[in-house]
Amino acid sequence: MSTPIALIDCNSYYCSAERAFDPRLKGVPVVVASNNDGCAIARSDEAKALGIKMGDPIHKIKDRIKAHGIRVLSSNYTLYGDMQRRVLAAVEPFARDIEVYSIDESFLDLAGFEDRDLVAHAQAIRAQVLQWTTIPTCVGIGPTKTLAKLGNAAAKKNPLFDGVADLRDEPIRDWVLERFPVEDVWGVGSATARKVKELGIHTAAALRDMPVKQARSMGTVVLERLVAELRGVPAAVVETIEPQRKGMAVTRSFGQPVTDFDVLMGAIAQYAMRAGEKLRSHGLVAGRLTVLFHTNRFADRPQYGASRTLSLYPMTADGLELVRVARRGAEHAWRDGYAYTKAGVMLEDLVSAELRPRTLFEDEADNVRRERLMAALDDINGKFGRFTAVPGTQGFKREWRMRAAAKSPAYTTRISDVPVVRA
Amino acid sequence: MYAVRLTEIPFELVPHEARILLCRTPAGFPSPAADDLEEPIDLGEWLIEQPAASYVMRVDGHSMTGAGINDGDLIVVSRAKAPRPGHIVVALVHGDRTLKRLKRMDGRLWLVPEAEGYPHTVVDEFVEIWGVVVGLARRYV
Repeated sequence: MSTPIALIDCNSYYCSAERAFDPRLKGVPVVVASNNDGCAIARSDEAKALGIKMGDPIHKIKDRIKAHGIRVLSSNYTLYGDMQRRVLAAVEPFARDIEVYSIDESFLDLAGFEDRDLVAHAQAIRAQVLQWTTIPTCVGIGPTKTLAKLGNAAAKKNPLFDGVADLRDEPIRDWVLERFPVEDVWGVGSATARKVKELGIHTAAALRDMPVKQARSMGTVVLERLVAELRGVPAAVVETIEPQRKGMAVTRSFGQPVTDFDVLMGAIAQYAMRAGEKLRSHGLVAGRLTVLFHTNRFADRPQYGASRTLSLYPMTADGLELVRVARRGAEHAWRDGYAYTKAGVMLEDLVSAELRPRTLFEDEADNVRRERLMAALDDINGKFGRFTAVPGTQGFKREWRMRAAAKSPAYTTRISDVPVVRA
Repeated sequence: MYAVRLTEIPFELVPHEARILLCRTPAGFPSPAADDLEEPIDLGEWLIEQPAASYVMRVDGHSMTGAGINDGDLIVVSRAKAPRPGHIVVALVHGDRTLKRLKRMDGRLWLVPEAEGYPHTVVDEFVEIWGVVVGLARRYV
């Protein structure tokens, strides 16, 4: 019997995180908009019931927003990142190991817990997360990650599961797989879905029953392994997806102490570009970026050091995006009046670019353009030496001009923003 | 025009370096304090025992001055601690966040202010006890 694996996923995560600190958002439809307030990237159940779809442009749903009093919030990644930390801390005692898959979902290695009633165990996890963070979750359990993920989707969709679906139980597994659209199986891309559908494979169950040889002949290793995982045989799908490397860093000391933000940012931009280049050479994308800098700890001078960790959403290897996020962190952490001697950029949550979690509202054409730009940059820099082609980094420390009209405060990370309680 | 000179440090050395930093001493006489170094006092850590389940909030109003909690104070609210009568709690009353002491009187639970002129609230289905106050922070001057 293989080790049970669970996938825990936060329900309408961004909306739930907002509701934790704004009780007036409870019971009303809530939509969280993407950067620049462009599209709906999270919807509460009430908003889903009103037909708001993932990726709907906000300006196109203005009428419904008005008619139904939908609350639209700008995304507040500072809050979501901090609440994620709390969720993980609540889950931690319940698993041997945790693998963070995205900002709102994690795999749990339940080795050592097999003797327990795992459904009760999962309910205890849900209760703990709800208690500590107010965030509701669903849990899928299975002998493989693919099945755990599928169980999670089932637990979310069908209230009969009461938030926990254990797909180690074969009748339940069959029941779920027979009703699960093949294109929704994790790791099945749209091209693969089209191909298997031509063979008459429309459900996860049919995919499971597909001959392994046939799966292999269709090209991807991933598909063959998916078939195995759907049969309950761990086939390291995630491991083929996820590389051994968990993080990478580009950290340097300066020859001359730096006292000017623009200069520091110029260096950080280079490190971010370099880190992106490393990522792309390994075919990876990152989910989290840390920017750090500090003064010389041995000098007899005022000391300051700071680091800021930010989420990359969607996950990316795009150097320009890394620079943008690194700049946001650096601007936030910057203090005037110190001589900095070292800076760095670290990337974590690395997954294979091919299988990164997609956000539904991504502009595919734009992605392709950016990828081509990055490939061209790598080419030029490979041929003519590193940093031949770099983004213009003049005029940094500009005010961060992202449009975020309805962004909630940094409730949990900034003293000036903490929730107010009436006494 | 700015210029930055970069000295490359191999990636593998980065994590090691952080550890060495703390224990490296200058050439010459070793510091007699090197073995006895401790971290500076971190009041936040002392005040917030369970960071993952604790939330900082700011007090607005005077209904708890009798309990030593003033307008403008910062409080640490824990969601890991089970609320019991006698605790000071943050509660949602019809969706409004309020700070009161939880008390049992006549077999019912009440939210009780500790200053003159504020009403008692009975804990019913419109009241949710959100968390327990476990710490208080105030700065003077």
